[in-house]
Amino acid sequence: MNGPKILFEIPLMGGIAVTETVINSWLVMVILTLLAYLGTRRMERVPRGAQVVVEGYVGGVYSLVEQTMGKDKLGFAPYIGTLFAFSLFSSLLSLFGLRPPTADLNTTVGWALITFALVQVSGVRRKGLKGYLKGFLEPLPMLLPLNIISELANPVSLSFRHFGNIAGGMVITMLLYGFLGWLSSFVFGSFLPIFNDIPILQVGLPAVLSIYFDLFTSILQAFIFCMLTMVFVAMAMD
Amino acid sequence: MEQFSMEFAIVIAASAIGAGLAMIAGIGPGIGQGFAAGKGAEAVGRQPEAQSDIVRTMLLGAAVAESTGIYGLVIALILLFANPLVGILQGALGL
Repeated sequence: MNGPKILFEIPLMGGIAVTETVINSWLVMVILTLLAYLGTRRMERVPRGAQVVVEGYVGGVYSLVEQTMGKDKLGFAPYIGTLFAFSLFSSLLSLFGLRPPTADLNTTVGWALITFALVQVSGVRRKGLKGYLKGFLEPLPMLLPLNIISELANPVSLSFRHFGNIAGGMVITMLLYGFLGWLSSFVFGSFLPIFNDIPILQVGLPAVLSIYFDLFTSILQAFIFCMLTMVFVAMAMD
Repeated sequence: MEQFSMEFAIVIAASAIGAGLAMIAGIGPGIGQGFAAGKGAEAVGRQPEAQSDIVRTMLLGAAVAESTGIYGLVIALILLFANPLVGILQGALGL
């Protein structure tokens, strides 16, 4: 397993490398924009067709935000909905053989830093600067270093959890394909030398395992990332 | 290009052993998530109509508990595929 391939370099400021991660993120952006456009093309009062799916998704996100954060914080729902859709479609790109953008630590650290900034700014806006700083001294003033460390550990653990799950699934799938290729050339190559290059045993088993590693893990990790963002922001504002 | 010296062999061997030891961290999520699943099953048995809420809470708790196991996996992957210790060794040996 290697890092993402650098596809070309922008010759500004000493060469900004444009990697597979960036290209695949652009692809996910195009897909999401296309889905949003096709779902809202001819909007009617009574939805039919693609509008039902889009309305169901938006309604689901709003009800989840209301249930987790409370009725007065519905302003966060667009960010949560975007984050969930972006994370889900990024991780599901591995079903098509592309390298998922979330298998790169840069992507998840970026999202975790946005969440961190959101938590701090929401806390300061709701409680005022003095109230926010005093919150670090609760429940006991001598717990101040522990409170600061736990505040800084949140984005680290958010990003590493998401990255580790998706990248680990990618490594296991790659190892599985390598093993099945060796196995098929070992079993069949002895009496039919043409099968040395056709890995026939690679059909079937990886598809079954990818129901857990690709499909379930992607949906669960996107959901967890959004739930934890909502819980952190709600806790900082109360 | 690394020379195959004794120092290089020791660093590579220690990295491989370290990667294996890092995966012992997989015991923690196994026990914790099994406990969470047991409590979830008990709660569903006690109140079957709350099943979807209980399952969602259980999955949320299980995925958060998995994070320390993932930290161990990340250390093992770093040691196997992006080993920084070899670079430190080459710097120290002046290659």
